[in-house]
Amino acid sequence: MNIPIYLDNNATTPMDPRVLEAMLPYFNEKFGNAASRNHAFGWVAEEGVDYAREQVAKLIGASDKEIIFTSGATESDNLAIKGVFEMYKDKGNHIITTVTEHKAVLDACKHVEKLGGKVTYLPVKEDGLIDLAELESNMTPETILVSIMYGNNEIGVIQPVKEIAAIAHKHGALFMTDATQAVGKIPVDVNADGIDLLALSAHKIYGPKGVGALYVRRKGPRVKVTAQMDGGGHERGMRSGTLNVPGIVGLGKACELCGLEMESEAKRLSTLRDKLQKELTVLEESYVNGNVEHRLPHVANISFKYVEGEGLMMAMKDLAVSSGSACTSASLEPSYVLKSLGLSDDLAHSSIRFGLGRFTTEEEVDYAIEVTKKAVTHLRELSPLWEMFKEGIDLNSIEWAEH
Amino acid sequence: MAYSDKVIDHYTNPRNVGTLDKSSHKVGTGLVGAPECGDVMRLQIQVDDNNVITDAKFKTFGCGSAIASSSLATEWLKGKSIDDAMKIDNMDIVEELALPPVKIHCSVLAEDAIKAAINDFRVKNGLAPIASEKVHH
Repeated sequence: MNIPIYLDNNATTPMDPRVLEAMLPYFNEKFGNAASRNHAFGWVAEEGVDYAREQVAKLIGASDKEIIFTSGATESDNLAIKGVFEMYKDKGNHIITTVTEHKAVLDACKHVEKLGGKVTYLPVKEDGLIDLAELESNMTPETILVSIMYGNNEIGVIQPVKEIAAIAHKHGALFMTDATQAVGKIPVDVNADGIDLLALSAHKIYGPKGVGALYVRRKGPRVKVTAQMDGGGHERGMRSGTLNVPGIVGLGKACELCGLEMESEAKRLSTLRDKLQKELTVLEESYVNGNVEHRLPHVANISFKYVEGEGLMMAMKDLAVSSGSACTSASLEPSYVLKSLGLSDDLAHSSIRFGLGRFTTEEEVDYAIEVTKKAVTHLRELSPLWEMFKEGIDLNSIEWAEH
Repeated sequence: MAYSDKVIDHYTNPRNVGTLDKSSHKVGTGLVGAPECGDVMRLQIQVDDNNVITDAKFKTFGCGSAIASSSLATEWLKGKSIDDAMKIDNMDIVEELALPPVKIHCSVLAEDAIKAAINDFRVKNGLAPIASEKVHH
């Protein structure tokens, strides 16, 4: 077992050696520009890209012509939201999203607002899921796009995508989903789910950083987005720029591997995750954040009340995890996702996200359980809040000096 | 962000963790910060008849730098007169622990906790609290 142990697979994943192997020839011997139509170097590169396009499409039940390669999910989100707004603004100017989206979606929506668009940010319920009735009641004839993430990056909850798509379509809007955390982890099918646009990223699925894709539906309806990057008209004119051939080949291979191994991996990881969660919630005053039934198989977000997340992570230095606390940021604001579940700031500050992955072993999970339990116990011995809790003092009865 | 060796030392082996009898008139207690902000420090001092701090204890909810700042503060307080303790400046803590700019608020909190503990002691013993004129940057 190698220390430190990596349990932050929602932030990024290590590249699978099989992906690296597939990519390597495209750095030197097959270095051609996929857009060079008049010689063998270009054809070879194009072949690699075409094959990758099929691999990506297959994983999400799409056709290869519907895949636009980008630099990652942030670009895909931007292209989808800004691109749909620009393309369809004559039809309407209203977009619906949720408060728990990734910043790439939220900030792209803010940009659209500056351009005169109207955006509704739906709240989520205590378990992190949206209220479908509330979505429907916010649909207007002006609504052109509903953009709601598939699986959440912080708490792992899976939104009822199929139902959301049905509501969007009933009211004549397109449905876009940021599926960065879900693709390759759980079955995602653009046709069964009714998805019109979908963002995904390679580095969350054991592929390289700096490459991703946007799925854009071609049939029923034919969806178009206005390019946000102008140039040589690559990717059917929707995304100019010389294709990142090695990256794209890597993304393709990563998708293929996920398709082959996802089912058994999901079972293995959810068993390990459940073990971790069960052992850690044995600790007093620890709570799992978000819905535990509709959740990605590899994530557990747990708040350990009366200890602060960053301090806790320091005691868990052998584990690479992430915290909803943000003591280093100037605003001292804890995670907006956790706050939107209605968690008080102190609970949001006390949260740790465990993200398991393909290379996580049971031995590592057992070690993580042990380290976390020790760290929580240690920090509670140092915590004045824990002492007050144990003495039965209601912390809300104290007048805290906010600073 | 990497922590300095001194922060790691205080965090790993915190000095003077514990609780003094807050009902004693010889004990001053300072409780500063707020759970919502992710930092709460409780610092206590035991003062003898010569106004010398004979013992200091802390408990802190917060990040590693907050824990280290309060641990260091208790070390510095022991053996000091309360007048000298009043002079402890947050920037001394910043320097000693090599805190980066984003962690300066931890040292400010520790200074506030010291002053709050001293003032609690003063008020308990019929003295007026000393107002802090310092403006933190």
